[in-house]
Amino acid sequence: MADQNWPLYEVFIRSRSGLSHRHAGSVHAADDQMALDHARDAYTRRNEGISIWVVRSSEIVASDPAESAAFFDPATDKIYRHPTFYDIPEGVENL
Amino acid sequence: MYTQGLDQCGASAESKSRAETPADLERFQSRIDAEEKVEPKDWMPEAYRKTLVRQISQHAHSEIIGMQPEGNWLTRAPTLKRKAILLAKVQDEAGHGLYLYSAGETLGTSREQMVEGLLSGKAKYSSIFNYPTLTWADVGAIGWLVDGAAIMNQIPICRCSYGPYARAMVRICKEESFHQRQGFEIMLELSRGSKEQKDMAQDALNRWWWPSVMMFGPGDSESKHSAQSMAWKIKRFSNDELRQKFIDVTAPQAGFLGLRIPDDKLEYDAASGHYRFGEIDWQEFHDVLAGNGPCNRQRLRHRQRAHDEGAWVRAAASAYAEKHEHHSRGSRSWAVAGYRHG
Amino acid sequence: MNKDEALLEYVLRLGDNALVLGQRLSELVTRGPELEEELANANFALDYIGQARLFYSYAGELEGKGRSEDDFAFLRDGNEFRNVLLVEQPNGHFGDAIVRQFLFESFYALQLEALARCSARRVAEIAARAVKEIHYHLRHASQWLVRLGDGTDESHSRVQRSLDDQWRFTGELFAGDEVDEVFEREWDGPRLVELEQNWNEKLDTVLAEATLARPTVQWMDGGGRRGRHTEHFGYLIAEMQFLQRAYPGARW
Repeated sequence: MADQNWPLYEVFIRSRSGLSHRHAGSVHAADDQMALDHARDAYTRRNEGISIWVVRSSEIVASDPAESAAFFDPATDKIYRHPTFYDIPEGVENL
Repeated sequence: MYTQGLDQCGASAESKSRAETPADLERFQSRIDAEEKVEPKDWMPEAYRKTLVRQISQHAHSEIIGMQPEGNWLTRAPTLKRKAILLAKVQDEAGHGLYLYSAGETLGTSREQMVEGLLSGKAKYSSIFNYPTLTWADVGAIGWLVDGAAIMNQIPICRCSYGPYARAMVRICKEESFHQRQGFEIMLELSRGSKEQKDMAQDALNRWWWPSVMMFGPGDSESKHSAQSMAWKIKRFSNDELRQKFIDVTAPQAGFLGLRIPDDKLEYDAASGHYRFGEIDWQEFHDVLAGNGPCNRQRLRHRQRAHDEGAWVRAAASAYAEKHEHHSRGSRSWAVAGYRHG
Repeated sequence: MNKDEALLEYVLRLGDNALVLGQRLSELVTRGPELEEELANANFALDYIGQARLFYSYAGELEGKGRSEDDFAFLRDGNEFRNVLLVEQPNGHFGDAIVRQFLFESFYALQLEALARCSARRVAEIAARAVKEIHYHLRHASQWLVRLGDGTDESHSRVQRSLDDQWRFTGELFAGDEVDEVFEREWDGPRLVELEQNWNEKLDTVLAEATLARPTVQWMDGGGRRGRHTEHFGYLIAEMQFLQRAYPGARW
């Protein structure tokens, strides 16, 4: 893509001291600092947070879904079905 | 476009997908019936996933496009307080779009793809935003009627079966509460103002009433998606039910404002406790949905233009990040261990 | 000019800068290069409108003629506004707006830091609140200036041009007049010479990181604080004031 879409970051917010960070959603950003700023703007506009963690979505390591009837990829990464988390080789069409 | 085969392209060579069996679907349905939430990597029928992607992305697009008719009056807001309130409201809409795109991205699509769907005209967004905001009263009418209708649609979705969508909706509904109030307050001020202001308010109501009523979509006998969506608890009430509730709630509010709803057949029926109302011109609805409303082209062109004009900016940010990133993907130690994280 | 006159004048200048920038940033809504930027921009616009309201309310009290924040915003003609010329410059493309924000906010942050220590108590209070907001704005503008300056060839040449175009409006920020002198003397106000020095240092640091060249043009435009604006200003207030002018005395 000509303009190189910004990667996806997951956002975790600690709303008050004493509480853990909780997953709030995601933002796109070109770099880590921008991700932090975007997370602040998107998820703490109403003073919902005192601490923010952002992590590139593709770097999260996740457990298998609890379902024993999981027919899909048992790999322990890729928390979402996000298409850009998958490397498609050059030349493969229609993906 | 996206099938279960997408997962086969992932890192693990052993990943297999097979056709959905009746047993799979039954097991899934019993989870739904038990009010369990479905989360991003849980097994789900392909049709469930597709429906959600369509609905969530349409919802997101609606928020983004919806910024335009209201944003149209930002620079002309008549007081600093109104300007600030409207800014906050439009900002919330951007935020809501973001939460929804974020929820959509958990389902096998990306922000880029969803936006491409919008700009190409393939994806739909709420027809209501294809109407023009011609006066300041329109800003009030949108807050009062359109946000009012949206709230009715949205509150049930807070309990929808798909976790990320439900959670996004909870966040949205919390923020939405002031949106309708600010609209009503604008209308109230106008209805208590000069004759010109009262006329302005009535004119806005005349133009926004029917499009708002149409926001709930066609009657359920007409809507193809309804039955399955209800079974999967993506949709919790029928279009007609929500529409009736909206009219029942809003008609008295118009009375309070001293404004007349432009429907000769509107009448309270004591026996049922509901308002009877006139026939909806569904031709207009379908025209607007098909791209032939007053502002369809304008809204999309505006969005396309912002996107195009931002390309060099996005490219610059990516280029800068690439030049300065201290750890690039290729050098991650766990890439060496054989994981692919593309 | 006595100390109270200087105070009122100074506060109006602050209010006008904030209002005009708030208006310019409002114009950017729905035009951002990315959704996340829309959220940031709206925050900035809200901050400025908020600051304008605080400064105007205080000005109304000082003036003692019963003028409200809206009277100041919507019922003065162009020659009564005291904002600097820099803030009324049109948005242009994203780079133009970032450069404008950076040039102004690197000054405004310093001005507010100094004002938070001045002896005009209400001004100091407002400034103490505003400075936190503006530090965040400045960080955003600086980071973007660096990304665009050191991004692609296209982004680099665009913002270099923006910088060259807007440089002529930076002199006015430090061209003190009697109001500044009296305010500095009587209210322990900002020392413009110091501000200018700090501003130059900050500028050089950021421009270097952004790989941008400091413009060498010496000629500076001015007059904004005396109510003499650029051609853009008439359009800006015409749009902003329309409803109040078309429906005089109406409540909204």
